[in-house]
Amino acid sequence: MSSCDYDSSCLPDLLPLYYRRLFPFSQYYRWLSYGGVTKNYFQNREFSFTLKDDIYVRYQSFSNQSELEKEMQKMNPYKIDIGAVYSHRPSQHNTVKSGTFQALEKELVFDIDMTDYDDVRTCCSAADICSSCWTLMTIAVRILDRALREDFGFQHLLWVYSGRRGIHCWVCDEAARKLSVAGRSAVAEYLSLVKGGEETLKKVQLSDPLHPFIRESLAVVEHYFIQYALMGQDILGNSKTTDKVLNLWYSLTMLVLHVREDLQSFFQSEKNPVKRWKKISGLVQQQRVTSRKGCQYIDKEIMLQYCYPRLDVNVSKGVNHLLKSPFSVHPKTGRISVPIDLEELDKFDPFAVPTISLICEELDKPRTGEEEEVVEEEKKENEIEAAERRKIRDYKRTSLAKYVKLFDRFLDGMARARKGEILRKSDLQKEF
Amino acid sequence: MQFSRRRRLVSQPQDGLYGHCLQFYGRPPAENISLAEFETFAFERLKLLKTVENLGVSYVKTSDQYTKKLYSEFSNLNFPHKAEADDKKEQTEYEKRRKDHISHFILRLAYCQTEDLRRWFIQQEMDLFRFRFSGLTSKSKTEFLHQNNLQYDTVSMEQKKALVDKLVSSSYAVSGATVMEQDFYKVPFQDALDLVRTRKVFLKGGYAYIPHQDIIAIVLNDFRTRLSKALALTARSLPAVQSDERLQPLLSHLSHAYVGQDYSIQKNVGKISLEQIDPLSTKSFPLCMRQLHKSLRENHHLRHGGRMQYGLFLKGIGLSLEQALQFWRSEFIKGKVDADKFDKAYAYSVRHMFGKEGKRTDYTPYSCMKVILSNPPSQGDYHGCPFRHSDPELLKQKLQSYKLSPSAINQILELVKGMHYQLACQKYFELTHNIEDSGFSLNHPNQYFMESQKVLGDGKDVKREPETPHREAAASKGLGASRQNAEEMEDLDALFQDD
Repeated sequence: MSSCDYDSSCLPDLLPLYYRRLFPFSQYYRWLSYGGVTKNYFQNREFSFTLKDDIYVRYQSFSNQSELEKEMQKMNPYKIDIGAVYSHRPSQHNTVKSGTFQALEKELVFDIDMTDYDDVRTCCSAADICSSCWTLMTIAVRILDRALREDFGFQHLLWVYSGRRGIHCWVCDEAARKLSVAGRSAVAEYLSLVKGGEETLKKVQLSDPLHPFIRESLAVVEHYFIQYALMGQDILGNSKTTDKVLNLWYSLTMLVLHVREDLQSFFQSEKNPVKRWKKISGLVQQQRVTSRKGCQYIDKEIMLQYCYPRLDVNVSKGVNHLLKSPFSVHPKTGRISVPIDLEELDKFDPFAVPTISLICEELDKPRTGEEEEVVEEEKKENEIEAAERRKIRDYKRTSLAKYVKLFDRFLDGMARARKGEILRKSDLQKEF
Repeated sequence: MQFSRRRRLVSQPQDGLYGHCLQFYGRPPAENISLAEFETFAFERLKLLKTVENLGVSYVKTSDQYTKKLYSEFSNLNFPHKAEADDKKEQTEYEKRRKDHISHFILRLAYCQTEDLRRWFIQQEMDLFRFRFSGLTSKSKTEFLHQNNLQYDTVSMEQKKALVDKLVSSSYAVSGATVMEQDFYKVPFQDALDLVRTRKVFLKGGYAYIPHQDIIAIVLNDFRTRLSKALALTARSLPAVQSDERLQPLLSHLSHAYVGQDYSIQKNVGKISLEQIDPLSTKSFPLCMRQLHKSLRENHHLRHGGRMQYGLFLKGIGLSLEQALQFWRSEFIKGKVDADKFDKAYAYSVRHMFGKEGKRTDYTPYSCMKVILSNPPSQGDYHGCPFRHSDPELLKQKLQSYKLSPSAINQILELVKGMHYQLACQKYFELTHNIEDSGFSLNHPNQYFMESQKVLGDGKDVKREPETPHREAAASKGLGASRQNAEEMEDLDALFQDD
């Protein structure tokens, strides 16, 4: 669909259309109200907008859906961030006594950004992504989603494509929203295996016994490793990348010389990366048997260093940290930040995510005959109601529809759980 | 003598009050004490907590050395340690426990006032409690739990059977056989964060399965929760206490004692020109700042953690806000950031650092402890402590490139291996400045800089730090305290020269 190529200079023209006719306000409001259980949960939530020319406005807050709609349609933000639920309305944060305005709750969030994998990607760097390295994001979702559900018992996880080069996770369970800063950082650290900055070569260090969480994570990595790292990224393909891999091993211990020589001569004759890897892990196994503490898991550590999710811990830690909102537009790519369907995770293609240009164009396409009829009928109906309906139908005519549906499904799941919880509580109290 | 409403309560018979050598500090003391005793108790507990802090940085908290050193400090200061109070010494043991009790509550008064103080106090008290609890015999632990009504849900036999493999591989000290023998407790993971963080516990469905020997984790969590609530309450009733003019100065004295020199004094503003930074970075910057400076020059960019650590350091050595803006802008615009973007996205944070934006806090440069312990560097980061956060191999190469002799490098690497990062840095200082014994103990990058300037005699250009008593105070804070000047700390007043 070349006609829908996104051009960032068109953004000022497209945004008003997007916020007027396409942005799923009612679902959005439904999400952040969480069933209206806690008073002022939506009203005390911070939003922050990035406007044209990088003008950044923090501490926006809205009393209800229509105020949110009106403000967004008025300001047409380039980017929307969601912050914490505060003790007071964020828009009035200057009017309360300093020290009393505090961030109370927020979803537990995770931010995984492809730039953090630059030292282990051979295909792209910085903000660029391709279908090969996107596998890293797939692996990240698989590992984190399992752990957050099975280990931590969370159920309501919203995975979202950030619009450019990464993914976000919003854990929306009540327990997650109420987590303290210490709790958030403990969860994030539990989930972090790759550690160290530019001054650390070997960033994964395993020790005996392997924690069940590490075993589970390894199983995921092993599933993708050959296809992704060995074939796709070809990390054992040329001598430069091969050396990088082997250095992780060599730097650790003075390998017995004959092992090194053995490896070198093998690599000279064998070019097949899978066989090369088999050789490496075979040698590690051997070493494991003949003692040597500290490098018994080196093959696993290499796999993890190349594939394991790299979290930005600081984003997860802070209750008041802002994160780009779902359904916000990414100003650089024009892509909408859409929820990811975990059932179709392996098929998720970031390049197929609709851009604002695409969906706005889809709006202009002539309606089908059937729709035309409905429009005729509608004219007789109440004007306001019709406008409301038209808006719902609007997004349904675009590629955004399936993502909004996904969002709806997520919200239904939360509503069901809330209902179940209320029933359970009243059963406990024997109130019928 | 009466000090506050609390102490004005009827003095009760104290028998049975201290039934265990360890306390949960549930009830405040209700007796009257003399002002002198009040002061002594407070000072001695503070001294104990400072030892706890110092040892915590120098040693692994479970190591033998840590235990030994802390234990000797305990007996020096007459705090209760051993569970078995032998009958002959019952009276002195009672005195010790009483002191433990009362001194804890006095420091609560002094350390409830700000978030920072509370955090410090809670941290040290927790370390202290952990140390004492783990020294108890298993019988004595059970008694303690019983006396303080601490009960936790145990995991049934069937459940244990089903999970045996996972339980074994989640904890270092549990084997297949012992799983069935010992109790496991099931608590929400939020109550065992320290075990969760380090992945030393099995997690399932939001619950942590804790073997009996790790029960300290949950007890400690309880301790933390209670103490932090209590401090919040104490803070509210503080005005009443502070109205007593005998206590007010003492309490504020006490609470100032922990901070040490913060190197935020702005006397030396504008004493450094931007051209000086390059030569200074190789001569007088500690390794962490040299590394940041180098990567800033090379990449024309630093990520947030690096900007904070380096920016505040530069502020500490005397860059003015205008200079700082110029410095960062001129470097960033050589990279991918244009001047416009810099002004929009980065200038704010520079002004913020100088207290000109947001909360208007005038941020202080990071101490070694902060650099070592908080916000470890991740991908793309150059901040942190090179002695702590580098691969030993890379550190070695770096030291080689700085022309250190092999034997010098070995000395440094030995210290790194023993996790004495600040001592390693100090050794690096001594080696590069050609002095035998630097005569200070290093705990702050800005201290490194000032000491270096002093040695190099360039002091005219930058502000020279006069030999004030707070140098001693700073010295007693750092790693060196664990070496030999623990004894020199006798002069407690040295602790209070900071304000």
